[in-house]
Amino acid sequence: MTTSRKRFTAPQRLLHWLMAICILSMLFIGVGMVSTVTSKYLTLVQIHKPLGIAILVLALIRLSLRFVFHAPALPADMPEPMKLAAELSQYVLYALMIGMPLIGWGMLSAASYPVVLFGSVHLPSILPVSPSLHTLLWHAHYYLAFAFFATILMHVAAILFHKLIRNDGVFETMAPMLPQDKSE
Amino acid sequence: MPQSPLLLKKISIARLAIIAAVVGVVAVAFAYTAGWLSSNRLTPKKLVASLAPPRGPALGHRRNHAKGICFTGTFEANGNGSELSKAQVFMPGQYPVVGRFNLATADPNAADAMVRVRGLGIRITPPNGQEWRSAMIDAPIFPVSTVQGFYDLQMASASKQPDAMKKVIAAHPEFLTFVSWAKSAPWTSSYAEERYNSLNSFLFIDGSGAKHTIRWSLIPAAQPVAISPDELAKRGPDFLEKEITQRVAAGPQRWSLMVTVANPGDPAADPSKAWPADRRTVNVGTLTVQQIEQEADGPCRDINYDPTVLPAGITTSDDPFPSARSAAYSRSYNSRTAEEKYYPRNATGAKQ
Ligand code: HEM
Ligand code: HEM
Ligand code: HEM
Repeated sequence: MTTSRKRFTAPQRLLHWLMAICILSMLFIGVGMVSTVTSKYLTLVQIHKPLGIAILVLALIRLSLRFVFHAPALPADMPEPMKLAAELSQYVLYALMIGMPLIGWGMLSAASYPVVLFGSVHLPSILPVSPSLHTLLWHAHYYLAFAFFATILMHVAAILFHKLIRNDGVFETMAPMLPQDKSE
Repeated sequence: MPQSPLLLKKISIARLAIIAAVVGVVAVAFAYTAGWLSSNRLTPKKLVASLAPPRGPALGHRRNHAKGICFTGTFEANGNGSELSKAQVFMPGQYPVVGRFNLATADPNAADAMVRVRGLGIRITPPNGQEWRSAMIDAPIFPVSTVQGFYDLQMASASKQPDAMKKVIAAHPEFLTFVSWAKSAPWTSSYAEERYNSLNSFLFIDGSGAKHTIRWSLIPAAQPVAISPDELAKRGPDFLEKEITQRVAAGPQRWSLMVTVANPGDPAADPSKAWPADRRTVNVGTLTVQQIEQEADGPCRDINYDPTVLPAGITTSDDPFPSARSAAYSRSYNSRTAEEKYYPRNATGAKQ
């Protein structure tokens, strides 16, 4: 599932960077909000829910783009274990980008909270009210959030490794723009 | 300029160090945001833990207002509220209610006569699904003016240091007003005879977008009959639940929902201060309690009466309490629902 293009397409790159900002913000908002009782709590919760749902929508669009445009091939000289790690981490990142918001939504549904996005816009409940389901999803949202953060740190470290140590063009596949941009 | 292998190696190490630094900085920023590096931050965890009795919390139960009983009924809006808020709950009509009468104690087995403050949780669901939840108490004022003060008060009352309470009272003289209410206000022998107050202020937003700072109260139709705590104690530890069950079985119980509008300058951010009695008050509808159900099997057990669950047309004000309450109630809800096995549903509704 690769393309002969050397770079991800512009919409893919745009989504990648836009979502990188959103997702990192979400992780900080998440741990920040559950650690405070000031009015910041409500403000952050009111950002967390709509932004999380926006990430779900963007992730689904991004996945479709990936099916349409595929990804540029990894450098041929990359060691096999490294390639495997690169591929696996992409699966994990996609699973979390789609899974985390769904878990958040399901967790609120199972606790009988209305899922208010803003003003009068609210989402339907997707699960029956159930303490055991709520507990399962609440734990999942918590632990997967940290797994998500750890995966992103590894992803960033890996990309910097490609750029600073190997300088093999992997960073350039996703770079927002290149020094002299001769887009494909 | 040709580079020696040694120099290349040095450059690589420097670059690896850059990578480690980037990852490290982000990780530390994350830990800071999560509060792991700041032990002074008042977290929901600490606030809720401060409510626990010395032997620890009652597993599976609410961390405060732990003793309670469910009810169902209706809220019938008369339309008068629409002048202040565009929320559907104020448009003329009858909307289903799930609520809970409760006692302000962390002990689900406390005797009724040992608990001074009584509360009521309510969820109104209009057809558009925009719920309004509220948790109110019968005290006319809150004991302290700030969230930190409430935490300090809990810590002091659990403290073994003899002057702990004195210090908190010195810092929060408003607590004495509450104490004098607690000592002098008559007790009643029924949940149906209590008036329940929001204490916190909120904003109502009307159709034109104008905001009104308000508080609300449920005023009972039943005539309050005073009873001494000693007399109440003689009727048994769970008299209130028995009484309300029989009373509602004999006939529905009603309250008027009265909304009080602040004048400019009224203390809206401080629930320990009442507003002057002459403020404009609007009767917006009637709460009717039609059926009582034991908590263990009832519809209120798994609801969080988070006071920030509000329909479009109502929002929080500059009162700092609702935000803190929302954070704390969520924490309490997460804990108690995860402990369901200690408080299972059962046909008899027996307590722990
Ligand atoms: C916040 C979180 C981030 C997430 C969730 C994320 C996710 C992803 C995913 C899923 C891919 C696979 C390509 C695709 O289908 O879009 C990817 C590729 C890439 N990302 Fe990120 N990314 C994040 C942050 C970053 C950051 C901060 C950098 C820069 C240092 C970066 C650089 C890259 C590069 C260069 C690629 C292309 C190489 C490859 O395909 O593995 N990403 N990212
Ligand atoms: C990419 C999407 C998301 C990410 C990365 C994310 C991340 C987080 C994080 C890091 C926390 C704090 C966990 C803790 O320390 O306890 C959190 C908590 C929470 N999230 Fe999300 N979240 C996402 C989507 C959502 C969505 C869509 C919703 C709901 C519609 C949601 C609802 C919540 C709630 C209610 C909490 C508080 C949990 C508690 O009560 O402890 N999240 N989230
Ligand atoms: C910072 C101050 C406060 C804290 C930390 C606090 C804490 C709590 C907690 C942890 C619960 C249990 C929630 C659950 O598990 O569902 C609770 C319930 C309750 N609180 Fe508060 N509370 C505060 C202020 C207030 C105020 C100002 C009022 C009244 C005006 C109030 C009235 C109630 C009532 C009536 C309930 C029971 C609701 C139900 O039936 O579920 N509380 N409180």
